[in-house]
Amino acid sequence: MVDDKFNQSLATNKAVHIFYSQAVPLIPYIDDNCLYLKDKKCFACVGVCKNEAIDLHQTEEEIEIKVGAIILSPGLEPFDPRVRGDYGYGMMENVVTSMDFERLLCATGPHEGVVLRPSDNKHPSKIAWIQCVGSRQVIEGGNSYCSGVCCTYTQKQVILTKDHNAEAECTVFHNDIRSFGKDFERYYQRAEQLSGTRFIRSYVSIGKEIPESKNVTIKYATADDGVKEEEFDLVVLSVGLNPPGDVEEWTDTYGIELNSHGFCKPNPVNPIETSRTGIFVSGAFQGPMDIPEAVMSASGAGSNCGEFLDYRRGKLAKERIYPEERDVSQEEPRIGVFVCHCGANIGRTVDVPSTVEYVKTLPNVVYAQEQLFSCATNSAQEITDMIKEKGLNRVVVAACSPRTLEPLFWDTCREGGINQYYFDMANIREHDSWVHSKEKEEATQKAKDITRMSVARACHLEPLREIDLPVNKTALVVGGGIAGMTSALSIANQGHEVSLVEKDIDLGGMAKRIHSTLEGLDVQAYLRDLVRKVHQHQLIHTYTDATITEATGYVGNFVTKVKSERGVTEIKHGATVIAVGADVYEPTEYLYGEDDRVITHLELEEKITKGDESVINSRNVVMIQCVGCRNEDRNYCSRICCSESVKNALKLKEINPEMNVYILFRDIRTYGFKEDYYREAADKDVKFIRWEPEDKPQVEAIEEGGQPILRVTVTEPILGQKLAIDADSLVLAAAVIAPAGNGEISQSFKVSLGPDDFFKEAHVKLKPVDFAADGVFLCGTAHYPKHIPETINQAYGAAGRALTLLSHDIVTVSGSVCDVKEKKCIGCGACISACTYGAIEFQKTKQGKKAVVNPVLCKGDGLCNVKCPTGAIYLKHFTDEELESQIDAANPEEEMLQEIDAAVGDG
Amino acid sequence: MAGVSRLQYTTDIKLIRVMCSGRVDLEFILRAFSNGMDGVFIGGCRLNECNYVTHGNYDALNMVLLCRKIMEHIGLNPERLRIEFMTSGEGLLLTEVINDFGKKVEALGPLGKDDDIDGDELKSKLEEVRKLVPYIKIVKREKLASRLENEEEYDGLFTREEIDELFRDVVSYYIDPDKCTACGICFRQCPVDAIEGAKKQIHVIDQGKCIKCGTCLEVCPPRFSAVKEISGEPVPPPIPEEKRTIIKKSEKRAVGNA
Repeated sequence: MVDDKFNQSLATNKAVHIFYSQAVPLIPYIDDNCLYLKDKKCFACVGVCKNEAIDLHQTEEEIEIKVGAIILSPGLEPFDPRVRGDYGYGMMENVVTSMDFERLLCATGPHEGVVLRPSDNKHPSKIAWIQCVGSRQVIEGGNSYCSGVCCTYTQKQVILTKDHNAEAECTVFHNDIRSFGKDFERYYQRAEQLSGTRFIRSYVSIGKEIPESKNVTIKYATADDGVKEEEFDLVVLSVGLNPPGDVEEWTDTYGIELNSHGFCKPNPVNPIETSRTGIFVSGAFQGPMDIPEAVMSASGAGSNCGEFLDYRRGKLAKERIYPEERDVSQEEPRIGVFVCHCGANIGRTVDVPSTVEYVKTLPNVVYAQEQLFSCATNSAQEITDMIKEKGLNRVVVAACSPRTLEPLFWDTCREGGINQYYFDMANIREHDSWVHSKEKEEATQKAKDITRMSVARACHLEPLREIDLPVNKTALVVGGGIAGMTSALSIANQGHEVSLVEKDIDLGGMAKRIHSTLEGLDVQAYLRDLVRKVHQHQLIHTYTDATITEATGYVGNFVTKVKSERGVTEIKHGATVIAVGADVYEPTEYLYGEDDRVITHLELEEKITKGDESVINSRNVVMIQCVGCRNEDRNYCSRICCSESVKNALKLKEINPEMNVYILFRDIRTYGFKEDYYREAADKDVKFIRWEPEDKPQVEAIEEGGQPILRVTVTEPILGQKLAIDADSLVLAAAVIAPAGNGEISQSFKVSLGPDDFFKEAHVKLKPVDFAADGVFLCGTAHYPKHIPETINQAYGAAGRALTLLSHDIVTVSGSVCDVKEKKCIGCGACISACTYGAIEFQKTKQGKKAVVNPVLCKGDGLCNVKCPTGAIYLKHFTDEELESQIDAANPEEEMLQEIDAAVGDG
Repeated sequence: MAGVSRLQYTTDIKLIRVMCSGRVDLEFILRAFSNGMDGVFIGGCRLNECNYVTHGNYDALNMVLLCRKIMEHIGLNPERLRIEFMTSGEGLLLTEVINDFGKKVEALGPLGKDDDIDGDELKSKLEEVRKLVPYIKIVKREKLASRLENEEEYDGLFTREEIDELFRDVVSYYIDPDKCTACGICFRQCPVDAIEGAKKQIHVIDQGKCIKCGTCLEVCPPRFSAVKEISGEPVPPPIPEEKRTIIKKSEKRAVGNA
């Protein structure tokens, strides 16, 4: 047995293994623990492999591939606390990293999802997490930056731990809680409010390992209780993110530059571009990031490559031609069944030959055979041949999950000249041989049952047409800020016309009010350049002072009416990008609007740029964070304000190092490399004072000695005393809020908004630039507050997603959608209210109003089918008849009846 | 993930694929029990974690809550129907749940054994309820589409009394032969062709085919008002076929004079 590296060496494996159970491709390989590869000792696997697939004499080969562009996505590595022996890791058995713990929690982990601690394989009931291990450290071997993801993944681990064991006591020792991502603030609250969880803000050290129990003690300090030492069953180190270990080699091979932290050094105005033309970067190699940002940048890298290689687009593509489809609708079902061994995966447990013999006795089955691997090219060919030779008009493959291979077999059916919807898959692997591996007889019976159900269903299958819709190869981009312009340019650079709609009289959006980024980018110069490129681009048509009055249509074929300074225009477009941006909250608190000395952070930035004396000559500048968010009204973090305030503080210190700058904060959320600037500000004596939401800073305008004074009072947490600061300027970090017009836009384009009125993406992690509605994409602060480089990432991402649609001439809509039998419809409207996609409407007929389905909008969930009292509306490919035939065939008694019927029929 | 992780569970369960748990029809469950299945299990995504925007798992939950009350009503142990919500990654949970459910159902024994009702009677009761599925969908439409906020609401969504009432007050539709003028409107609009009729033939509802949707009542012109909604009393027998021909008053008189 050898270490299972995927499971953090918490389990063992063999030299021949599958890397992990969701690996793609899901095939076994032999690693360098192989006895033959080491000492030429063993040869066992070669002998047992029936397919002679093992060749222990393979050697490394070099392959030369010519490409036009390269995307680097090497990802990251978790920080290894073993290197410095942090917190006893490597010495104490019950100190694990968050990556170790992640595996312990996982169903495919070392104990199949049962959380057991390493020293004695017992359930730990008292668990501590230590945050910022390897992050936010300037000591040797640590990373100065914030890894950005650890606060939230720890909260996830706490929630999952409590799911596993509701009695578990979970304690998180943290610095700032950095819940800056979309919906993260609520997630933090969810974790924090679980019973038996504690979030303690304290630096910690490991006390000792208790010899008998192997429990570990942690020393920490709180304001109320002072220094304490507490014992835990298990300690989890929330380790940060490192650049990939072999990154130096990468730079040599690709000739790209790195930043001081060893991550890729990006182009300041395009985080996807490396220092070398034609080489792009996506994911965490840009810097620590969470999944949605990685996905955004991945789509964005695609679009960057598309722009770069546009002159070659389509040159290597070949069109697939299928034989003409045979009309079998008038024929009796003639079903062919192919039962797969899947090597030994099925065959070891299920008696495949006897299953084949059984299947042959089923009604309508005219042919059945076994196959070693149905998915192999020759087997698929065999199926195609049999369709033709035996005149099959239905095909059932009894093998694995349809999730992976159904598209392949659809193709096989089409090659055989029958409609691909005449196909059904009986899953006798995931649903049978793998989960009943020790019960061979029962598993064989179940394989017969499952296949019989599939055959019953196949009898009712109908040929379905997939609708080919022509794609109008132009895009509409709503919003002319950085997000909208970047997206529009990227789409236009790939040869598609773009209509860019902006509600203001000029382009630029919120960026018009931002003068520099924390990293030092001259935003105004960049913006001028961007606006110029947009105006000069022949394929971009700009509509300013514009409102959208009506939007209809669907993927590939939208029609939007725009009222602008050009009058009313009807724009036809294939894709839509929503990039409407965000607004700034207008504070009602802290005397804003009543006292001229109280301004917002954006107003401060403007005043600094203009050299406004009232600000520049201030002796005391006080900034208050989280104004208008992280409260009951807006339960989210605006993400950018901490960095904005640090940026302004550094500017003020640059202008006048003697100025006293105070930042009154709840948690400083300068995530990623922005942490360095936070440290710089602290080094330059910007004073950071933390306040609790129950004890907000107080602001009053008073007069003392005839002088008007703006007094800010805050509790200094370390001393526990009230501190009064007389501010010359009070700067409020006002929240980023969703524009009031989002509601109308969401209704026009049939997309939804989240609880804070930002646009709601199709999937928070995996589809962060898509909407549930096809053909509509999302980028910039319309999605959620974000920094300019993040906006650019997502803007390219939206362009990339739009291109996957616009680069095709047609878009194919699934045949498995709903339809209405008009005669049966009683016009009750139950289906219409059941449909989330607005795909069903009433149409007036002579017999009253009847429901009609727009198949392009229908997603085939079938909720309407269930609500319909008369069976008028039905989901194709999952009709009542099809599913009920499976239900009926599930019962062996029914099967006996069928057999009797068949026998009588024969008689 | 249960499959990929080779987690072992009972062979008693056979799975049928639907694209959303919200596609599972009340009829499917009743049909399975009618066919002699001892237990029905529905698996859906975790509540509030729909991969789309539809949250069809709530529809499935509501339907299951209703079905369990119906099962109680006819004397079938509601423990035989179970719904669970989990992600595709939670193979272990699926295994636990299926094994637990398998054991429970096995302990309950074959259908009708541990229930308050014996096999044959159960079968006919199930048949009766299945005939009423369209009616139940109409009457309970709003509740079936509601979104529940917390677990207490689950318990109270459907009550025993409500279900008893539902079956007690079940309606039937009947065409008053004295009022029907054979205008043919209900005949044409009936979604399930449950109305027999022809020109100058008094229309009659085939109670066996009727799904109680009320369309006939709705479309019968007010000046005739021939369709009646009947509840709590038996439906009058259909008028014999030989008496169905409508004779106009003028013709009647002519016949009388002759």
